[in-house]
Amino acid sequence: MFENEMKVEFPSKSQNESFARIVVAAFASQLDPTLEELSDVKTAVSEAVTNAIIHGYENGSGIVTIKCKISDRTLTVEVLDNGKGIENIDLARQPLYTSKPELERSGMGFTVMETFMDSLIVESEIGKGTRILMTKEFKLI
Amino acid sequence: MLLKFNQRGNTLVVALEGELDHHSSESARVKIDNKIDETGAINLVFDFSGVNFMDSSGIGVVIGRYRKVADFGGKVGIINLRPNIKRVFELGGLLKIIKEYNTLDEAVMNW
Ligand SMILES: Nc1ncnc2c1ncn2[C@@H]1O[C@H](COP(=O)(O)OP(=O)(O)OP(=O)(O)O)[C@@H](O)[C@H]1O
Ligand SMILES: [Mg+2]
Repeated sequence: MFENEMKVEFPSKSQNESFARIVVAAFASQLDPTLEELSDVKTAVSEAVTNAIIHGYENGSGIVTIKCKISDRTLTVEVLDNGKGIENIDLARQPLYTSKPELERSGMGFTVMETFMDSLIVESEIGKGTRILMTKEFKLI
Repeated sequence: MLLKFNQRGNTLVVALEGELDHHSSESARVKIDNKIDETGAINLVFDFSGVNFMDSSGIGVVIGRYRKVADFGGKVGIINLRPNIKRVFELGGLLKIIKEYNTLDEAVMNW
């Protein structure tokens, strides 16, 4: 079985959102993804990292960690923050649910991650932080 | 993200260029709102031909502007969506409220 992994850490600044999705896309490129697969992964990573910045750290300072793993043709992406945590994960994952409508959030982030990746696991503890685990299998063309 | 503005009668055409995410949406929404106030435009058309990436932050920007102009009876249309961006809009059910048109003329003529 082929295996590979990487880890990046960066401060919770919105400038790093594009950095994060490009880094993950660059790592995934060794799987010869289609443009659509790459776009899916970038969008999902962007959602998870944005959530860490605006909800986890509430636009304050903190560290966002991304760990990626490749096992054969499956990419696993983990996005971690040590922020405020999610009180009710089931509610948070509902389409259109947002705790910050005043910031013009649409409540679609988790739905995007769920739709554009094959699997999504959300783990969170109040006051400790949140861990997002997503996988996607890249088709052989 | 670069924004270009054009006016067609009482419609403001906003051409977006680049990546529309949380970071770029903050200044985009301020610039668009200022332009709406400055021109007194009633309707809005978003031209997405130059947008190569968008996440759910973009849905927030479009819905937010829709709410602003709809209060005064204005309409909002979207043109030139790339497939990857159209999929994000479709997820949000946004294209049921805000219509996608093939061209600017088609958008303006349907109003
Ligand atoms: N890392 C996180 N830390 C704390 N709370 C979070 C985190 N991620 C998500 N949440 C909570 O889950 C809710 C739903 O997240 P989701 O990404 O679906 O929507 P949103 O971020 O509010 O809006 P959008 O992503 O459409 O801009 C958020 O409003 C927030 O309350
Ligand atoms: Mg979100």
